[in-house]
Amino acid sequence: MTVTDWLSEPVNWVFALVALAVLASAFRVVTAKNVVHAALFLVATLAGTAGLFLVLSAEFVAWVLVLVYIGAVIVLFLFGIMITRAPTGYDQGLDGDRKIWPAVLSLTTFGLMTWASLQAFGSTPVSNPGVGTDTAVLGVALMGRFVVPFEVVSFVLLAALIGGITIARRDLTPAEEEGRSLA
Amino acid sequence: MLLNQFLILAAALFALGIYGLLVRRNLVLILLSVELMLNAVNINLIAFESVLRSELAVGQVFSIFVITVAAAEVGIGLAIVIMIFRNRRSANVDDLSLMRW
Amino acid sequence: MTFFADTAGIMLVLPFLAFLLIMAVGKRMRRQGAELAIGALAINTVWATVLFVQNMTEGVLAKTTFEIARIGSDLVFELGWVVDGLSIMMFFLVNVVGLLVFVYAVGYMQGDVRVPWFFAAFSLFVGSMLLLVGAPNLIQLIIGWEGVGLASYLLIGFYWEDLDNVRAGNKAFLVNKVADVGLLLGAIIVALAVGSFDFQAINLAAAEHMEALSSVAVVGGLLLFLGAMGKSAQFPFHIWLPDAMAGPTPVSALMHAATMVTAGIYLMARTFPLFQNLAEEVRPWMVAIGAITLFAMGLLALVADDIKKVLAYSTVAQLGYMMTAVAAGGYTAGVFHLFTHAFFKALLFLGAGSVIHAVHSNNMSDMGGLRKDMPITYWTFVVGSLSLAGIIPLAGFWSKDEILATLGHEGYTAVMWIAIAGAFVTAFYMTRAVALTFHGTYKGHGHPHESPRVMTVPLILLAIPSAIAGLLSIPGVSLPGIGNFSEWLAVREVVMGDHHAEVIQWALAGSGILAALAGIALGWVIFGKDRETQQQRDAFGVPILYPLLRNKYYMDDLANGVVGATMGPVARFVNWTNTYIIDALVNSVALLTKGLGAFVYGILDQRGVDGAVHGLSAAADGAGSALRKMQTGRVQQYAASFVGGVLALIIVFVFVT
Repeated sequence: MTVTDWLSEPVNWVFALVALAVLASAFRVVTAKNVVHAALFLVATLAGTAGLFLVLSAEFVAWVLVLVYIGAVIVLFLFGIMITRAPTGYDQGLDGDRKIWPAVLSLTTFGLMTWASLQAFGSTPVSNPGVGTDTAVLGVALMGRFVVPFEVVSFVLLAALIGGITIARRDLTPAEEEGRSLA
Repeated sequence: MLLNQFLILAAALFALGIYGLLVRRNLVLILLSVELMLNAVNINLIAFESVLRSELAVGQVFSIFVITVAAAEVGIGLAIVIMIFRNRRSANVDDLSLMRW
Repeated sequence: MTFFADTAGIMLVLPFLAFLLIMAVGKRMRRQGAELAIGALAINTVWATVLFVQNMTEGVLAKTTFEIARIGSDLVFELGWVVDGLSIMMFFLVNVVGLLVFVYAVGYMQGDVRVPWFFAAFSLFVGSMLLLVGAPNLIQLIIGWEGVGLASYLLIGFYWEDLDNVRAGNKAFLVNKVADVGLLLGAIIVALAVGSFDFQAINLAAAEHMEALSSVAVVGGLLLFLGAMGKSAQFPFHIWLPDAMAGPTPVSALMHAATMVTAGIYLMARTFPLFQNLAEEVRPWMVAIGAITLFAMGLLALVADDIKKVLAYSTVAQLGYMMTAVAAGGYTAGVFHLFTHAFFKALLFLGAGSVIHAVHSNNMSDMGGLRKDMPITYWTFVVGSLSLAGIIPLAGFWSKDEILATLGHEGYTAVMWIAIAGAFVTAFYMTRAVALTFHGTYKGHGHPHESPRVMTVPLILLAIPSAIAGLLSIPGVSLPGIGNFSEWLAVREVVMGDHHAEVIQWALAGSGILAALAGIALGWVIFGKDRETQQQRDAFGVPILYPLLRNKYYMDDLANGVVGATMGPVARFVNWTNTYIIDALVNSVALLTKGLGAFVYGILDQRGVDGAVHGLSAAADGAGSALRKMQTGRVQQYAASFVGGVLALIIVFVFVT
C-alpha cells in the first residue's frame, strides 16, 4: 500500500490527525517543565487515545478510558501533585541531567518495535472500521469466560484501596494514641 | 487502515514513556510516564483485536483489565509517593538513593 | 632337710628387697632404714648358719638355676644359686660379718648425713656379694662383680661433698674397670671353649682335660686372673684400695677388708680346677704377683699416718697372701686365710672406727694413750692385731701357717721366706699402730670416751672368732662330729685334690711365730715410748726405703703419667673429632633443616600459598568493589538497565539466532 492509497481513505485522515495530537501530547508529557502541564497533556493524550479506540470500534473501552483514566486517575494525579507540593510553576530541575542514555534506549526500543511490526504485519489491514463492538459481547465475556480474572481484578482494586489507605494514613501522635485508648 | 500504523503509534508512545520514566525526577511524573506506557499497550491490544475479531472480543476485555489495574496501581503508587514525601520532605527521586553501596 | 639349701636363694633376694624398701620408706623409720637392712641380714644369717652347720655335719651340695635366656642351643643364661662347701663358707662369712658391721654402723652413723642411703647402698652391696658368691655360672658372677663395684663406688663417695672422696670412688671404679676387661674376656674365652658358662661344666671340662679348653686355658686363666687382680687389689692394681678409705669406716670394714676384695680370691678358688689342671703356666706368675703384693704393700703400712690406711695396706698384703696360697695350689689354705682374715680385719677396722669416732680424726698423730679411755676397743684391737700378726693360738696363726706349709710343699721356697718376712713386717706395723694409738698419752684436743654398746658389742663378737676360729683347721685334727675346715671346703662338685698338711711342721710354724715376735719387739722398742708429740714418736726412717714408701713407690704418679701421656692425646683427638666432625655433621643437618624450614615457611607458605589465598581474596574484594558500584540506589538507573537488558536480549534473539 502506498501513501496515496492510504491517504485516500478518509478514516486515515482522522487517524492521522488524532495520532498527531496524541504524539504531540505525549511528547509534551515527558518534556514539560511544569508538572501540572505534564498532567494535563496526559489528559490530552488519553483523550486522543479514546478517539483512536472509537475508530477501532472499541466504543466501550473508549468510554471506560475516559471515565476511569481521565476522570479518576488524572484527578488522583493532580491531588498527588498538590499533596507533594511539587512546584506548580516552572521547574528547572524537573528533568535529569543525563538524557542521552534514556534517549538512546527509547529510540532503540522504538526502532526495534517498529521493525518487528513491519516485519510481521507488513500490510495487514484492520478490518471493517465502521462496525461497532456490541457491549453485550463484552459483558458476556467478562461474566462468562473471564469471570475469574474479573473477580481477581476486583480483589486487586480492593487491595489497592485498602493498601492505599493504610500506606498513606497519618500515624497518630502518642497523645492521640492515649486519647484513643481511653475513649 | 493498516495495523501497522497503530502499532507504530503505540511503539512511539511506549518509547516516549520509557524516555519519561528514565529522565524525569519527580516521582509523580515518573508515574505519569508509566501511565503513558500502559496506554500504549492498550492501543496495541485494541488494534490487534480489531484485526483478529475474536468472538468474545478478548482484546477489549483485556484492555479493560489493564485500565483497571493501572488505576489500582496509580492509587498505590501515589500513596507511596505521599508517604515518601511525608518522610523525606521531597518528591525527588534522586533523594531516594539510600539503598546503595 | 634340703629346705635351706633349696631356698638359699632367699639370701640373695632379701638384701635387694631391703634396698628397695629402704629407698622407699627408710627416711621415715626410727633408725632410718637400718631396721630393714639388719632384719634382712638377720634372716640371711639364720639360713647361712643352718647351712654352715649342715655342711659341717653332713655336707651340703645343691644347685638351683632358672633359665633366663638362650643363645643357640648351648649357651644358656641362667640365674640361681650354688650351695657347696665354698659358697656356704662365703655365705656365712658375708652374712655374719655383715650383720655385725650393720649393727655397728647404726651407732657409728648416728646423726650422720644420708643414713637411709647408706643402709640402702650397703644392702645393695650385700645382695650383690651374695649373688657373686652363690653364682652357679660366670654370668651371674659377673653381675654380682659389677654390683659390688657399683656399691663400692657409691659408698666410697658417700661423703661426696668433699671432692677428694668422689675422686677416690672414681679411682676405685676405673681401676676395677680396667681389670674387669680381663674378667670379661677370660670368661667369654673359657665359656666359648667349654660351651657353657656354668662353673660345674667348666671345672669338669678342666678336670677331664677337655681339648677345646686346654688350648685356650692359659689365655683364659690369665685374663681371669687379671680380673681378680683388680678386685683383690693385687700389685699393680692395688692403688685404689688405700684411697677407698675415704668411705665411712663400716664400709671399709665390710667391703674393703672382709668381703668385696676377697671376690677375686673367691673367683680363683671357684675356678681352681682350671688353674690346677690346664693353666699351670699361669700359676707361677700369680704366685709372683701375690708375693710382691704381700711384701711390698706391707711395707707401705709403715709410713701411713692415717690409721685406716695402715689397715688398708695390711689388707692388700693379706690379699697377697691369699692369692699366693691359691696360686701355689693351696686351695684350702688360701680360702681359710680368707675366712680368718675377714673376722680379724673387720674387727680391726671397726676398732679403728671406734677410735676415729672418739677423737674425730683419722690420723694417729691426733691419738695416743687411748687404752685408758677405751678399754674394750683397746683389748679387741689387740686381739685382732695379734691374730693378724700370726701369734699362736689365735686364728691368724693357723691360717698363715697353712699358707707357709703349702708354699713350702709346692716348692716355692723363696716365696715362703718372703712370706715369713712379710709376717715380720705385719707385726712391726701393727705394733706401731697399737703403740701410737693406744699407748703413751693423748695428744689430741677432744675428750675421747668409749663407744656406745651398739658399737662395742660387735667388736667383742668379732674378737671371738678372731681368736678361736683357727681351731677349725688344725692340721691333722678333725673335730668330732663336724670335721674340719678342709673337709667342709672339699664339699664340691669337682674335688680339688689339693694338699693338706697332716701334721704341724713346727719348724715352719716356729719361724713364723719368731718373725712375728721379732716384729712386735722391734715395733715396741721404736714406737712404744711416749714423747712430746706423736710426730716425734713416729720419727723412724730408713733412708731410701722410707721416701720411696712415702711416695707409695711412685705408683700413683706412674699410673697418672702413663695414662695421661697415652690417653691424653687420644682423648683430645676423639674430642676434636666429636666436636668438629660429628657434631658439625649433626649441626649442619640441623642447620639445613632449619634453612629448609625457613624457606618453606617464608617463600612457599608466606608468599606462595598465602599469596595465592590473599590474592584470591583480593580479587574477590576488587571484584566486589567494582561490582557494587552498580548499586547506586537510583531507581531510574535500574529501570534503564532493565530496558537495556531487554533490548539486548531481543536483539540477540532476533538478529543473531
